[in-house]
Amino acid sequence: MTNATDMTHTYADLPGLMGLMTGDEKHGPAATSTLDVLWVLYDRVLRVSPGRMADPERDRFLLSKGHGPMAYYAVLAAKGFVPVEWLPGFGSYDSPLGHHPDRTLVPGAEIGSGSLGHGLPIAVGTALGLRAQGLDEPRVWALIGDAELDEGSNHEAIAFAGPAGLDRLHTVVVDNSSATYARPGGIAARFEAAGWSALTVDGRDHEALYAAFTAPHPGRPHVVVARVEPKSA
Amino acid sequence: MDTMRDRFAPVVSRLLDEDPRVAVVLAEIGRDGFAEAARHHPDRVVNVGIREQLMVGAAAGLALTGLRPVVHTFASFLVERPFEQVKLDLGHQDLGAVLVSAAASFDWPAGGYTHMAPGDVALLDTLDGWTVHVPGHPDEAETLLRHAVAAGDDKVYVRLSVQSNGQALPVDGERFRTVREGRSGVVVAVGPTLDTVLAATEGLDVTVLYATTVRPFDGAALRRATRAAGTDVVLVEPYLAGTSAAAANDALSEVPHRVLGLGVGRRELRRYGQVAEHVAAHGLDARSLRERIGSFVGAAAPA
Repeated sequence: MTNATDMTHTYADLPGLMGLMTGDEKHGPAATSTLDVLWVLYDRVLRVSPGRMADPERDRFLLSKGHGPMAYYAVLAAKGFVPVEWLPGFGSYDSPLGHHPDRTLVPGAEIGSGSLGHGLPIAVGTALGLRAQGLDEPRVWALIGDAELDEGSNHEAIAFAGPAGLDRLHTVVVDNSSATYARPGGIAARFEAAGWSALTVDGRDHEALYAAFTAPHPGRPHVVVARVEPKSA
Repeated sequence: MDTMRDRFAPVVSRLLDEDPRVAVVLAEIGRDGFAEAARHHPDRVVNVGIREQLMVGAAAGLALTGLRPVVHTFASFLVERPFEQVKLDLGHQDLGAVLVSAAASFDWPAGGYTHMAPGDVALLDTLDGWTVHVPGHPDEAETLLRHAVAAGDDKVYVRLSVQSNGQALPVDGERFRTVREGRSGVVVAVGPTLDTVLAATEGLDVTVLYATTVRPFDGAALRRATRAAGTDVVLVEPYLAGTSAAAANDALSEVPHRVLGLGVGRRELRRYGQVAEHVAAHGLDARSLRERIGSFVGAAAPA
């Protein structure tokens, strides 16, 4: 394995990095469902780097779906936020990398998460806070799961952000069909009804993800529904 | 006299003018008081609608960007309904905010139990690192609100009530204040209970301490008071009885002592009516307090 600081990691390295982490097999499908979304965001979209974490102008990525964080840690390691040497300790007493991330322990993590339904409301506040300080450039991203979308707190955030015109706010819903009750009309329709810009794409197609992530959405928050294989498949 | 809550919007509106870090987050309740401030600071006065989980989560997001959020609604909806947001979005994220509640334990008795929150301070006691101010007068509320907003990135709860003492005392946002000195016990009166406690202990040989900042608990003041007055301690709190009993026990762990916790009863009263009727029903009127304090310290004065 290469050293985290040489920044030579590519997408092809991610399975190897994830393989260094063991002990959270229950969350395995949840971990891999987010892999491509996370990679495209960190590799091509987010204006963040290990040296910019104190920069108010950086983009913010809030991982709300904190369970199954192996793909997240692998991407953070690949991009030099956390040392690759940390990965094998995953979940152990002395490791900063838990089965749910802690922002105070993981360099690069904007929030700690694990309990569902917290990231998007915090992202709303982050977008409001940036706007109040005249920081119009940074974009705020929150990643949630399709079942996590069930949480009422997310519905509060969705219903508020559209009419509030929070156009710096972005959500990516990784849809692996894990919600017990399918959302009538589809996930995107829920956001569109609240005034969001919405796109649904193949969550394994990097070009489609990139195009959806960077699509213009003036005056409105933007959601990308990234569909991946069902959790049970 | 105006109420503590009447001071809230004017004071915080001035702080919005003075300090570009300050932001207000509301969930409809209290929005009229900030109409003018919202015109001057449209991006720092946020009303999220009737969405209390979002209210606390959004406050955490504001804090993440470096702002100082002040969050306000009734205590039931501020501390109890979004409790996990208070625990995780503020506590676990290591972020600060000022939570300012209204309605207290039973400020609107005719409204019934849905709008009562006698357990708010006890609930916050399950979390680490919260400062809790319980002012006993609108002037004290104003001072403590300013302390709370100025307290860096601390987590601060300010509990506003329509119950009030007749006169304000100087408060510093930290220490208990000695109001009366005696030799046969210590009575700690929290916030708006002071006038009643003073009336109840008239002629009793007890020390009365006045507490408007109850967390952190001023254990040093309690220990000092017990040196002259002995280690019989009565806590009179305007919320759930015994909320500060553990803190008082910790303060006196080195010496044999007794603690009696008086406050709002745990059992749901299921009565409407007036504040004074609820005060009496919970045994917090002067006559009941005199009986309970007097028999505990064994120093009942002639009637």
